[in-house]
Amino acid sequence: MPDTAIDLVARSTPKGVARKIRGLSDKTIAWIFVAPTIALLLAVNIFPLLWTIYLSFTNFRANRPNADVRWVGTRNYERILTDSDIWLTMQATAHFLIWTLVLQVLIGFTLAWLINSRFKGSNLWTTIIVLPMMLSPAVVGNFWTFLYQPQIGLFNYVIAFFAGIEPTAFSMIGDVSLAPWSIVIVDTWMWTPFVMLICLAGLRSIPESIYEAAECDRASKWRQFWTITVPMVLPFLMLAVLFRGIENFKMFDLVVQLTGGGPGNTTELTSINLKREAFEKWRTGYSSAYAIILFVTVFGLASIYVKALNKVKER
Amino acid sequence: MKTIHRLAATAVVAASSFAVTDARAADLTLCWAAWDPANALIELSKDFEAQTGHNMSFEFVPWPNFADRMLNELNSGGQLCDLMIGDSQWIGLGAEAGHYIKLNDFFEQEGIDMADFIPATVTGYAEWPKGTPNYWALPAFGDVVGWTYRKDWFEMPEHQSAFEAAYGRPLAVPNTLAELKDIAEFFQGREIDGKTVYGAAIYTERGSEGITMGVTNALYNFGFKYADPDNPYQMAGFVNSPEAIAGLEFYKELYDCCTPPGSSDWYMSENIDAYRSGQVALQMNFAFIWPGVHADPNVGGDRSGYFPNPEGPGGHFAQLGGQGISVVSYSDEQEAALEYIKWFAQGDVQKRWWELGGYSALREVVEDPSFAGSQPYAQTFLDSMAIVKDFWAEPAYASLLLAMQDRVHNYVIAGNGTAKEALDALVEDWVEVFEDEGKL
Amino acid sequence: MSSVAEPSGRLKWISGVLVITYAVITLLPLVWIVSTGFKSSTDAIAYPPKIVFEPTLEGYVNLFTTQTRQTQDFLDANPPQTWYEEIVAEKGLVIAGPSRFGERFMNSVIIGFGSTFLSVLLGTLAAYAFSRYRIPLKDDLLFFILSTRMMPPIAVAIPIFLMFRSVGLSDTHAGMILLYTAVNLSLSVWLLKGFIDEIPREYEEAALIDGYTRFQAFYKVVLPQATTGIAATAIFCLIFSWNEYAFAVLLTSGTAQTAPPFIPTIIGVGGQDWPAVAAGATLFLLPVMVFTILLRKHLLRGITFGAVRK
Repeated sequence: MPDTAIDLVARSTPKGVARKIRGLSDKTIAWIFVAPTIALLLAVNIFPLLWTIYLSFTNFRANRPNADVRWVGTRNYERILTDSDIWLTMQATAHFLIWTLVLQVLIGFTLAWLINSRFKGSNLWTTIIVLPMMLSPAVVGNFWTFLYQPQIGLFNYVIAFFAGIEPTAFSMIGDVSLAPWSIVIVDTWMWTPFVMLICLAGLRSIPESIYEAAECDRASKWRQFWTITVPMVLPFLMLAVLFRGIENFKMFDLVVQLTGGGPGNTTELTSINLKREAFEKWRTGYSSAYAIILFVTVFGLASIYVKALNKVKER
Repeated sequence: MKTIHRLAATAVVAASSFAVTDARAADLTLCWAAWDPANALIELSKDFEAQTGHNMSFEFVPWPNFADRMLNELNSGGQLCDLMIGDSQWIGLGAEAGHYIKLNDFFEQEGIDMADFIPATVTGYAEWPKGTPNYWALPAFGDVVGWTYRKDWFEMPEHQSAFEAAYGRPLAVPNTLAELKDIAEFFQGREIDGKTVYGAAIYTERGSEGITMGVTNALYNFGFKYADPDNPYQMAGFVNSPEAIAGLEFYKELYDCCTPPGSSDWYMSENIDAYRSGQVALQMNFAFIWPGVHADPNVGGDRSGYFPNPEGPGGHFAQLGGQGISVVSYSDEQEAALEYIKWFAQGDVQKRWWELGGYSALREVVEDPSFAGSQPYAQTFLDSMAIVKDFWAEPAYASLLLAMQDRVHNYVIAGNGTAKEALDALVEDWVEVFEDEGKL
Repeated sequence: MSSVAEPSGRLKWISGVLVITYAVITLLPLVWIVSTGFKSSTDAIAYPPKIVFEPTLEGYVNLFTTQTRQTQDFLDANPPQTWYEEIVAEKGLVIAGPSRFGERFMNSVIIGFGSTFLSVLLGTLAAYAFSRYRIPLKDDLLFFILSTRMMPPIAVAIPIFLMFRSVGLSDTHAGMILLYTAVNLSLSVWLLKGFIDEIPREYEEAALIDGYTRFQAFYKVVLPQATTGIAATAIFCLIFSWNEYAFAVLLTSGTAQTAPPFIPTIIGVGGQDWPAVAAGATLFLLPVMVFTILLRKHLLRGITFGAVRK
């Protein structure tokens, strides 16, 4: 599709202009190509970000456009960083983030490794496994509330069947100790295929010749796995972790539909908490500060991580 | 058939007056929550379209997002809605922020008298400030929390004798909250038709307003008050009075002893599901569901009965639901929107509104001698409407509600802290909100 | 599978069994969604759940219509005319009008595919420039582009909400397309740069010598080589913008709302209409599924983010 658009531009360009374009320096062409992207990102990401930074030092409320806006200095930041409720949401987010990554990496890598044996029909089954990640997270979250209902949902009946207990003996969403796991399970169900795909790409990128050489050296399969497979796949795996990590730090849609943050505040992730402050209480200034804190956190973690990733790649 | 004839007649009359006044056809959008009554209103409004030539569209948002979405719309001065059937608690915001237009002059001019409507609905849906004759809406849909129960289970002889043996009184509709808990406890875990059933489905939802709309039915009746009656924002000692604490503890006990497993985030539709699928003996829910329960193939007809929220040691109240219809001040079609309200206020239309499942607030309809007998739940509706009490309707209602959702859910469902701690913290939260508002 | 004695054969067999077991488990919820779409509203919430049920199109009819009660007089005077009115009438209801699902679905198509097209287009141009030209602060710019994806949508939603409100982009298709394009650009630039890096420069240089202009060399030589990357990028952009919820729920209402905020909230008589929700979810999955299956051979390569540079 893109080529037709460019075809059009090229064809509709008058000769004189065309000559000029041909004569354009590489630098100019480069900027013409990059400019729309940068412009759009400036307008839709950077400008709002700067605005958020400004708002974070005020008491502005978006639902009172006519009230006067006061500069409050760093008060919003102080209030957030000393608020114990917010540390609870951070903990909930950390629990969610860590366990989804661990499970998705373990299951995703194992699956990829198994699929890479190229058994008969492996392509078909790969396509089937990938299906959950094509669903809308909000719809998934909503539907899982239904699957998790002890009396009428599928989940409890399946578990009960294998564990030999009553389906109504436990409640995933309602129990304070199980609720954090209920969101981990759904996210893992939905996004393990993503990690699997990346790992699979990594496994397929390892040249056969390396294994053949190892085979000649009479290295055991076990040794081959740890000295060849794992190190070669590691950069891919780390990339998968980066993307899943960023996404799950921002997690909102799936969990808000699934548990709404409950019971109590057990699954109140930072994004859900932020949404309440920003779009229900309309404390725009306060929530802007909150947003900046979150952004700085993820930005900081991600840049450290990217450095580590680059090191692994270089090795 | 009668209705059809009447309709045809009004249509002819309207059409002729339409020709004379030469009104311009407008496109009106009415915003409301997505639920049964809203669907019935589409059907009802076809009559308005036929009469006036205006074209009605509808924007319905489901309850869990209703307040968010619509308040967002109003706050941003959006022109999506010409008519808004906004929740009762928004009236303060609607009036003070100028989202709704004031209807006093219009009512006077058209001869619409608020005295013709159920007093509780006028206070609850139309007035701001409360108790003053300043009207920002026309009561559109009366609603109140009440209870639905499995009459067929109550009537089974084995249950009657077992209950009598255990509690020393016959198994019947409860008169007090304590009796209600006994009944719920009695049914909890009982085998009926080979299935384990449970006591009561109550409101526990976290995300929007669910648990607040539920817990207040216990709080009010134990003696909770929002503030000192003589000092409107003096909350300490009223919100967290010993009576209020007892009320909150009661709701938690009810949740812990007598609700289905997993009912930790339930509101209207989850309660309906649980009731319709035969999981529970009792169901707390707004009156709007009763026509649907009555028509249900599994639990409808004689199998279900209805009763108002039972009284408690500190009073007899029920949480008010329901809405008034307002004209949005950002609308370009205010004339036509007012025409709609005028049409909607007519006795005939209100009567048909009730026939389609809409709870009319017009006294002419509900005080008609035939009303109470017209549906099995009609009398319960009237009794419930007589004891209503509402949540804050302040402009900062959303913040007040969020705080209450948070504190109550944390105590009742998650089991953190004590009832006293929860209500003490709630007072602090509310004080902070009113301080931010400049009202304290 | 026949030669269990041979080690690799045995491994294959075990792998196959394990993968298929996982696939079956992972499919269960999906099967449940699809089958709930064909249940009656009573069967959907049956206690205990029903595995065997009598299929009905009730859910699909509910998905596309708004239904209401009517007086007995009206019902007697207006018997059902069509098969779907028949289904509705069995519940003692009548159809008051169409539902909003059709509009929401169309909005999703316009916004989802529109923003996918734009992000792939802009992403290709930018990726080409980053790959081929010396751009000052290139690495910083690239990290900046990636970092735009780190912001929680709720965080940027506040100023975007205010900005859209002031320039009249609130609740418009154009606003949502621009927004989704911006969110997807980081992904598309990074993905596509990896692919274009892999295409040898010599191809273009040869083309330039043959008298092609820079633009001609770009779209006649580079683009065809980058098809795989473009296809894979398109899949990921579409999956995101098709399913996005947070921005949609905060920034759109009547006109431009997409299906994801709509589907979880389909209400039947009384409560949530699970068969209609399931029917909506099923229909909504189909376009992405078809799109992905059509482009599936590019998917695996695409997901390597150009990291394979052998």
